[in-house]
Amino acid sequence: MQIDLRTVSITPLRQTYNHIADYLGADKAASRYVEATMGVQGTTNFHYRPTWDPEREMFDERRTAIKMKDWYVLKDPRQYYYGSYTQARARMQETAESDFDFVESRGLAESYDDGARRAALDFYIPLRHVAWGGNLNGGYQSAYGYGTAITQASLYASMDQLGIAQYLTRLGLLMGNEAELEAGKHAWLNAPAWQPLRKYVEDSFVIKDWFENFVAQNMALDGLLFGLAYREVDRKLNERAGPTISMLTRFPAEWFPETSKWVDAVVKATAAESAENKALLEKWYAHWVARAQEALAPVAQLALGEEAGEALARVRAQLDARMAKAGLAV
Amino acid sequence: MTQVPNVFIALQRNEETRPIVDAILADNPGALLDEQPAMVKINVPGRLVVRRSTIEQEIGRDFDLQELHVNLITLTGHIDESDDEFVLSWVH
Repeated sequence: MQIDLRTVSITPLRQTYNHIADYLGADKAASRYVEATMGVQGTTNFHYRPTWDPEREMFDERRTAIKMKDWYVLKDPRQYYYGSYTQARARMQETAESDFDFVESRGLAESYDDGARRAALDFYIPLRHVAWGGNLNGGYQSAYGYGTAITQASLYASMDQLGIAQYLTRLGLLMGNEAELEAGKHAWLNAPAWQPLRKYVEDSFVIKDWFENFVAQNMALDGLLFGLAYREVDRKLNERAGPTISMLTRFPAEWFPETSKWVDAVVKATAAESAENKALLEKWYAHWVARAQEALAPVAQLALGEEAGEALARVRAQLDARMAKAGLAV
Repeated sequence: MTQVPNVFIALQRNEETRPIVDAILADNPGALLDEQPAMVKINVPGRLVVRRSTIEQEIGRDFDLQELHVNLITLTGHIDESDDEFVLSWVH
């Protein structure tokens, strides 16, 4: 008996959803990210105006001074939708967990230099509260922002900040004990060095314009803080006592360059849209980055001593270069 | 005039290879796309280049050209590869 194998080519009737095809301008295969993002923002048939903002609709483009013809151009270059985002974070978390295990199983926390331990705890533990602020701001952008392209990415950044706060908490518990967390909170609320940064974070909570909130949090503060905390301070601690702290801060250190790609893409697309947008972003950025640098100065001093000014200037130069590359005049 | 012989690369047709295929089409003017069930074949006269930087733009993350092999079915031509480019041609 002979069996012939034959392939039958069945062409699908359509490659993607109609609204995606309309958007792409042709019926061609679209990525999962595009299908999970485009057209998801609710635009019509809202029940009634929200009591907390009767001037506007429940979802409204007018909650920011930034104007976009199409909010979906603010796409995430990482192409994170729920599935790809959670998978990417699960991988990062696995790495981070094994680093924590390594530090624990080799007793690296016990053998760590005590002077460096004090410096690390004094600097990193209060940052839990800064990360929590980032979580709150990301949630605000996501709730009041417009267009799934940016609101979903804001929410991911918000959850990431919560994760970072948790990793810093675990760093405190591993390198010290619960009393360290209390001491960190006390320093955050009372120590003079932390008050300018606390004022910055608390002021950012009351920025009404969600896009300005994005500038203050994701561009200015994160841009300077992560460079300072996970490059400059990290390097200094390495020189002093080896890479134990680097292992425990691997998640935020790796998260920052990855998330910067998204922030830069948003800035680039928004500034390219119109001269008004560009001018507004430049104004907001200049204001908030100067404030952030001032707020971080005493904290940098705490961790780096006399090298603080130089380190902060380096971080600022890196951030300005990023923003210039994204099309802002800085 | 002599016809320049084609080189081709065939990849599985899935979510992972779509950005790779898009990058190859963008980097190789004259590339012919042949979509078959579960397979996508790209023919290019003379020389085919796969650029890491183009794929990275498509997917928004770092890409190692060796990841190509996960979904590679077959190819023709001599391979010349570096960290940045994977080139097929008949030049020896």
